[in-house]
Amino acid sequence: MPNQSRLKNLSGGASIVGVAESDSLGKVPEKSPLALHSEAALNALDDAGLQLSDVDALFTAGWSTLDVAEYLGVHPHFTDSTSVGGSSFVIHVAHAMAAIAAGYCEVALITHGQSGRSDRAPIPRNPGAPMTQYEYPYGIIGPPVSYAMACRRYMHDYGEERTRQAMAEIAVSTRKWANLNPKAYFHDRALSFDEYHDSRWVAWPFHLVDCCLVTDAGAAIVVTTPERAKDCRDGGVTVLGVGEGHDHSMISQMPDLTRAFGRNTGPQALEMAGVDHTDLDLAMIYDSFTYTVLVTLENLGFCSPGEGPDFVADQVTAPGGTFPLNTNGGGLSYTHPGMYGIFTVVEAVRQLRGEADDRQIEKCDLALAHGTGGLLSSTGTMVLGRS
Amino acid sequence: MPSSEYSKPLPVPQPESDYYWEQARHGKLVVQNCVDCEGAQFYPRVLCAGCGSRNLEWLEASGRATLYTFAIVHQPPHPGFRDDLPYITAIVELEEGVRIPSQVIGIEPDPDLLHIGMQLEVAFEEIDESITLPKFRPAR
Repeated sequence: MPNQSRLKNLSGGASIVGVAESDSLGKVPEKSPLALHSEAALNALDDAGLQLSDVDALFTAGWSTLDVAEYLGVHPHFTDSTSVGGSSFVIHVAHAMAAIAAGYCEVALITHGQSGRSDRAPIPRNPGAPMTQYEYPYGIIGPPVSYAMACRRYMHDYGEERTRQAMAEIAVSTRKWANLNPKAYFHDRALSFDEYHDSRWVAWPFHLVDCCLVTDAGAAIVVTTPERAKDCRDGGVTVLGVGEGHDHSMISQMPDLTRAFGRNTGPQALEMAGVDHTDLDLAMIYDSFTYTVLVTLENLGFCSPGEGPDFVADQVTAPGGTFPLNTNGGGLSYTHPGMYGIFTVVEAVRQLRGEADDRQIEKCDLALAHGTGGLLSSTGTMVLGRS
Repeated sequence: MPSSEYSKPLPVPQPESDYYWEQARHGKLVVQNCVDCEGAQFYPRVLCAGCGSRNLEWLEASGRATLYTFAIVHQPPHPGFRDDLPYITAIVELEEGVRIPSQVIGIEPDPDLLHIGMQLEVAFEEIDESITLPKFRPAR
């Protein structure tokens, strides 16, 4: 089990000094995934006031660091290709902090780039793997089908109508945030409750608007020592608490369909940071589906199992509400190239720095970013604070 | 159905699952049972994922199961399923205590007709000479 007293010593051991997206996001067929990695990397280094030549550690998922480092022309002394879906990049920040504290490196670059909408050569799956062997033949393929089955079980346990209402609340409030973010795919399109309920089925119980976007996008994060952060453009945002882990790969193997690994990573990250849920000013929670947010709030301990629908009622998560959630417009309405987790960190850092423009929340000293990867499989949680 | 027309993904059995797929071809659903912790498991492995024991034996399942959860798929996640829409995917709980992924067939894909906990029984669907898929239908 994680050693909390040693983790507490690591709290604050690294700073995020640069965050950025690729130059464009949404429909970007003219750029390859590696081009999206590279644009985001250069933009994040610019944001930090650093250069490619400063980078001595590289982290990525989906691709190997071998490919990304060669393309970028960097020669890292520490690399990590931990690839656990959309949670990977939140976990990379934690791994970067550990590597920096251990002395392996000083400037860690985390990159992501994925052409979920336009990829000319998607990476194929190993046909002998358990998931392709036991689930694919039945048409249990891809996130919507798997998450829909988990959601149906939640509805059985806690009530179908109140679950449906909660999913609508999340879809509508997230769209309101996207309407404040010029980079959001649905910046110019509102979503009403009626439109939510009229949306076509993808995999019942999921409407189309319960499902995240499929876009092309990249993002990158630069992590360094708190000392070196002082010389960067912005003094930095400190990593206070982290947690990671997973239970299963395919949905049929999930031990409890309503309790993902966030039940462990949430409490761990908060305890390491020495803060409580009520201290947090912002929650950035991976929203592959409306349901993912609902169940994750419970898993992380913001409310008890089954209480999520009450927690998100009455648009408290919308702009001006008492619980700001997914202020960039989320995977549902801003962007979602496939492994969205890195964007939760990008937005948390912008809010902590006060650089979120029209969607800036009033007070932001402490933020939580949470990635979910695979099929409710892997989670990475992080608590970030102003330095 | 001739295999040339079958465009859905087919399982590629691995050494530890050859027996599972071979028995399915003969109309039998088998699961592994751990001799040491007495727990059944799906899918076939070289160890018990519950206790780490290598002491496993095959058990023929009764084929009786209950519906643990389901979804009704309206947008094909793979081109091979286009003609099947909407279809019912499910996780079913076998009488032996393990949950397995499958489909529910022999019932309209209507959420009001499907009830979590409903009784199901295995129904084998022969795809080609090497692969037969265990599916589930409402128990008679």
